[in-house]
Amino acid sequence: MSNARNIKHLYARAGFGIRFEDLHDHENWSVKKAVRKLFKASENQEPITVLTENLDLRHPLTDAEKTKSKDDSYKQKAELNNTWLKQLSETDAQLREKMTLFWHNHFACVCGNAYYSQQINNIERANALGNFKTLLLQVSQTPAMLLFLTNQQNQKGHPNENFARELMELFTLGRGHYTEQDVKESARAFTGWAFSTKNGEYTFNPRVHDDGVKTFMGQSANFCGEDIIDIIVAKKQTAVFICSKLYRFFVNDVPDMDHVNQMAEVFYHANYEIKPLLEYIFTTDWFYDNKNIGNIIKSPIELLAGINRQFYVSYQNPVVLMQFQRTLGQELFFPPNVAGWPGGKSWIDSSTLMYRMKIPSTILNAGVIDFTGKANPEDEAYLAFEKKQQLNVIKKVQAQPDWDKFLKEIPQDTTREQMAEFMLEPPINKTTLNEVQNAPDIKTAVIQIVSTPEYQLC
Amino acid sequence: MRRRDFLRNTALASSAFMIPAFLKPFEAFAASEITGYKNLVIIQLSGGNDGLNTIIPFGNDIYYQKRKTIAINQPDIIKLDDMQGLNPNLSALKEIYDQGWMSVINSVGYPNPDRSHFRSMDIWQTASDSNQFLSTGWIGRYLDSNCQNCTSPYTAIEVDDTLSYAMKGAKLKGIAVQDPNKLYQTTREPFFKDLVHEHDNTNLNEDNLGYLYKTMIETYSSADYIQQTTKTYNVGCDYPQTNLGGQLKMMSKFINSGLQTRVYYVSLSGFDTHVGQQNQQGRQLKVYGDAVAAFIKDLKQTGKLDDTLVMTFSEFGRRVEQNASNGTDHGTANNVMIFGGKLKKAGIYNNAPDLSQLDNGDLKYQIDFRDVYATLLDKWLNVNNSLILNRNFAGLDFV
Repeated sequence: MSNARNIKHLYARAGFGIRFEDLHDHENWSVKKAVRKLFKASENQEPITVLTENLDLRHPLTDAEKTKSKDDSYKQKAELNNTWLKQLSETDAQLREKMTLFWHNHFACVCGNAYYSQQINNIERANALGNFKTLLLQVSQTPAMLLFLTNQQNQKGHPNENFARELMELFTLGRGHYTEQDVKESARAFTGWAFSTKNGEYTFNPRVHDDGVKTFMGQSANFCGEDIIDIIVAKKQTAVFICSKLYRFFVNDVPDMDHVNQMAEVFYHANYEIKPLLEYIFTTDWFYDNKNIGNIIKSPIELLAGINRQFYVSYQNPVVLMQFQRTLGQELFFPPNVAGWPGGKSWIDSSTLMYRMKIPSTILNAGVIDFTGKANPEDEAYLAFEKKQQLNVIKKVQAQPDWDKFLKEIPQDTTREQMAEFMLEPPINKTTLNEVQNAPDIKTAVIQIVSTPEYQLC
Repeated sequence: MRRRDFLRNTALASSAFMIPAFLKPFEAFAASEITGYKNLVIIQLSGGNDGLNTIIPFGNDIYYQKRKTIAINQPDIIKLDDMQGLNPNLSALKEIYDQGWMSVINSVGYPNPDRSHFRSMDIWQTASDSNQFLSTGWIGRYLDSNCQNCTSPYTAIEVDDTLSYAMKGAKLKGIAVQDPNKLYQTTREPFFKDLVHEHDNTNLNEDNLGYLYKTMIETYSSADYIQQTTKTYNVGCDYPQTNLGGQLKMMSKFINSGLQTRVYYVSLSGFDTHVGQQNQQGRQLKVYGDAVAAFIKDLKQTGKLDDTLVMTFSEFGRRVEQNASNGTDHGTANNVMIFGGKLKKAGIYNNAPDLSQLDNGDLKYQIDFRDVYATLLDKWLNVNNSLILNRNFAGLDFV
């Protein structure tokens, strides 16, 4: 395995892919150095600040005001979505954004108030490479999460178990590592965790807090919510659970429990510091095993961010990016349920696969994938129709890839095969190679390469 | 072998599109004669439809006491019996009900109900217990069960752009087709065709790349099969000009052109009526009632109603007592509506919901929703329900 191959793999997984000129520049770096540089680039924190008004603090009275609030709420959701996707596509802090995306799914949360969504997203970003326990506590006390898991309704005498259950099942231990009794008792400990609807700030409400004795995982005391989180995090299973999710995210859909346990050792002994864990993953030998290369199905966001990054795409009508997200089954800030996007093979169903293969050419070439193989009359008609439609596609999509910039970095003597090897993580098959070699020009070849099943993998 | 069986089998064995065009009407005729090929249509009402204002228990005073401003006035209700009646926006369904093509199952739910839309929808779609997380949908597991008629992706079609959880199994999944022509067109991309035909066999390994190639090839042939089978059939009846109307019209096209599909799925959202419920729910119920009535009448005319069973559900009902904003909050048990030409028990299937014995202000469920599913699986799709629901449910008696 060549060093360049390893560097490319590292950037595909720890970020959203590497550009040609960067690979050329970094290909002789050691893995250690590359990992160091990735963390260095991610020291920079760029919180999203596009939304400045909490609409819930408005109190519209007239119908006109109500309509305005509704419109503004819709606009805020679109602005937030666009801003984050742009940041994912353009930031130099790739690893931080990638981990923010991981936590965004881990702490899956849908909130009608986009300002709160922005806030929880910034917390996930600020702690993305920090300490898991800090992150967990901060996320749990955001209005977004308190609303989503209905902890506002969790009150002494009427405990609402929603948050307590998801905390253990989805955020920390995983199923099978707690009892129903643990859920009931810990729910009591979280009573009183709330936020003020006057200013949107977290507040502990002692009046509805149950300060009686709770028995949780074999210990009895008048626990508060923070105590419960301490007890949960003290269990090594929490490290194992988070590491198995990270393994599926960074390494392979199918967890290798030996590797996961190695990771959990590191994580647990580092007191849940995330950075040493990631350094460990990215510098182990098994991360660069053949079976762990080019086999993860990109999430729709990874796919889109990767294209935008590689081709320096700008959008005049960013709403189209939200349409792509919906069509492909991953709209930022709208996970399907508390468990987040299941990922892996579930990204792919019949329609989404065809759209995934078609969207790159839609963004990059007004929907045309030129073809030089044996075209029958039906194919010819199809291609002619596509070309006729180009203007319509341009008008609708309004995407501006910077082909000049992309092509400028590619040396004249680069073969088509090298090009395909650079753009694709899995090995390229004969059919595709044949097509690409026969393509009339490099741009056509590139469009073909990004329109393959192989391009769906990283 | 009888002639029509011969025709059907050859149409299946060779790809349907190989048959010369002049044989097409003949083939369609043969397909329409296939009897005993049963379709299940699932209509999901998303957002938690208020069942008490859908099938209204007007005969119970508590209904009017608890819903001072949003109860439907007696004279406006379309009475079904002494106790329950239809919301006036469902007037189109009266005729269907009178023909004996509709059945209402009251108080359907599950133990320890969850009031989160997401979670409760997952529970209904995966047919899990309330504290159990399953990663496959119940229709998906039906496909996985490898029954005789359910091995192709088009065995289960969702008329939508994306596929619901319910339709995804561990090995097999349904196919989402909003517009068969559009899906077909995306697969006709010459470059994709080349990849489909010329792929290396090594690409069909069990890994993710193999999975992508397999899905592409399946989609390619399914889209082709659906397009070729359905393109010549024109729906003869009028449907309302709504999204759901269009989707049910598409389903009618699929069913009547003889597509070998067992399960169809479609959703209608907009039922989360916390505020100003009457207008919002009324609008959505009208969309629903008008489209379903058109669909049922259409199927009756084409002779397919006896082979079709329609089930409508929502992830939960709403609280018995209205809230302070002329709406209702998330509740629990709800009614399920069944339509079909061959119902064993048409009309109101069981007692109206008990509004006096509540659980914290919510209806207590009387029938587990998985007993409804079990009935559909055992008696309609002919597969043992325990294979799909992970334990055996006794089922009901509506078909």
